[in-house]
Amino acid sequence: MPVLSDYRAVAGPQTLDEVRFLGDRLKGRRLLHVNSTAVGGTVAETLHFLMPLFRELGLEARWEVIKGGEDFHTVVRKMRQALQGGYERFELRDYDLYLRVQEENLGVLPADHDLVMVHDPEPAGLVRGRRPGSRWVWRSHLDLSQPDPVVWNFMRGIVGSYEMTVTGSPSFAQDLERPQAVIHPSIDPLNEKNRLMAPEEISAVLERLQIPNDKPLITQICRLDTHSDPVGAIRSFRLAGKAVDARLLIVGAPADDEPGGEDVYDRIREEIRHDPLIHLLRLPHTRHAEINAIQRASAVILQRAHREGFGLTVTEALWKGRPVIASPVGGIPLQISHRKTGLLAHSDEGTAYWIKQLFQDPGMAVQLGENGREHVRRCFLATRQLRDYLLLFISLESPGDQVSL
Amino acid sequence: MPKSDRSFYFRTELALVFMTGRKAHDLRELYEGIRAVPEASIYHHTHHSLQWPGDLSEPTNDFADWVRQVLKNEPVAEKLAAVDVYRYHTLKDLREALAAVLEPVLESEPKGAAREAGSGEEFVFLTSSLYNIPTPYTAKDLREFSDCLRKVSVQSLYYHIFEALLRPPLGTNDFSDWLSGCLDERELAERISRLDPYSHSMEALRARILEEVERRLGATVPDAGS
Repeated sequence: MPVLSDYRAVAGPQTLDEVRFLGDRLKGRRLLHVNSTAVGGTVAETLHFLMPLFRELGLEARWEVIKGGEDFHTVVRKMRQALQGGYERFELRDYDLYLRVQEENLGVLPADHDLVMVHDPEPAGLVRGRRPGSRWVWRSHLDLSQPDPVVWNFMRGIVGSYEMTVTGSPSFAQDLERPQAVIHPSIDPLNEKNRLMAPEEISAVLERLQIPNDKPLITQICRLDTHSDPVGAIRSFRLAGKAVDARLLIVGAPADDEPGGEDVYDRIREEIRHDPLIHLLRLPHTRHAEINAIQRASAVILQRAHREGFGLTVTEALWKGRPVIASPVGGIPLQISHRKTGLLAHSDEGTAYWIKQLFQDPGMAVQLGENGREHVRRCFLATRQLRDYLLLFISLESPGDQVSL
Repeated sequence: MPKSDRSFYFRTELALVFMTGRKAHDLRELYEGIRAVPEASIYHHTHHSLQWPGDLSEPTNDFADWVRQVLKNEPVAEKLAAVDVYRYHTLKDLREALAAVLEPVLESEPKGAAREAGSGEEFVFLTSSLYNIPTPYTAKDLREFSDCLRKVSVQSLYYHIFEALLRPPLGTNDFSDWLSGCLDERELAERISRLDPYSHSMEALRARILEEVERRLGATVPDAGS
């Protein structure tokens, strides 16, 4: 596991100075994080790298996972979908089950904590066990901009008991009475998905995956589901035409939590069957080193999507200094300032136009890549999220518009 | 800083961003928001983009960016971007200056002002809690000041140049205040205060200040940002 000083070269010494100063202010605080899964997903990934850093700074940090049976996980899966705008059927007993599991978990959670951060709806009801003197924050990683009103009404009643809530993007937030902070998610620059790779290692991965390297690669990496738009990427590539002597690579795997994922995969395969310049690579998102190598080997990264969460795949591509052309959805506009840190395109035609521009103007591609990487360094690295969490905990103890520490 | 201590203590500022619960869909709502939100929100939307280290484009603020990108109203965006935060020493005055750009537009061009943002493209008014904290860098003389200035973060530079304008003594940056008050370097202080930070990227501004300091020290000017 990396220690703080390992981040010095990528995040800069000043950021580490700030983190250490803030950590000093919180030394000895008993911090508890609670979420619903120990592995898989952005929340668990983030907690895996944050927890040792909290401890290194002197906080007594613990991470607990809420326990529930298959029925509970079915209900909370539906709840997540509904809170993010999907349609789900709920029975009264679903809500009862949710609340019962919260009660059961309250009995086994450590009670002696000063700061508690509860992630997402699954364990949100644990706030009923809040002890006097402890400070509770609800951290939402979901896009709550268009939730099912009934499910949100249920969740709103629970969330109202927290001292503060945190959202990943202003566009994901719902109006709440309690203060609502905005803390963007982040990537770990030292993990397998983002670490530096030698050119030989990149070449070896491409060879193993049988990805041709005779032409520049234009790549879209995404879940193959109805929210992403790999077919849009294919149309854009074809519209760019002969002016762009490149190959298009679509990388991803059918979403296993959404019915119809295989259909999307089959549709793309059929679409590109007779096109030797377009390749579809079935690769689960857990193949971190391979995804890292593919991003680094690409000349241009596309992220065509109808809907997106924060879009950490875009963050990863920007961090690798690649020029990115993406749809302005979800958290992408926070990462891509058009023509500064990347390119935003609403349509296939717009995407095709910018692909051509990047191939005709390599200087522009380099500049966007450099700016994008710098933007990620400043705003979307793990150390920034760590610093923001520390600041958030301090703000609970020392609130105010302007505070001198 | 202890009263007897004449050292310059470099500090920096960290912001924790919060929702205000207010959104704007068109120019009128943007104007109403600018009039109504707390001063901390005006500060947030006019200052955070100034902390970008490199030279990306002309100076701007969130209001101008939104009017340009979402409402596609370039003339108004240009005027909003031209509101020079360095000229205003109180957030009240800065708020007035921004509102003064929009008032005539709303009166004379009600049609143009009626253009609405699409769903999900609304302007979200944010605010921030600002925490200023010490850095490990301290300077007792001009040489140490130059050495520290090369090492501090862009946010620290920003804190001592831009944020300082809004703290007493109003309208003065911290560097000039110290150079003049503690080192009796009045001419150098004056030269630095005459630099227009709004026309420089933060790294370019750092390089210009270093150039002035090094000239005073009589040393060879090293490469900017090295």
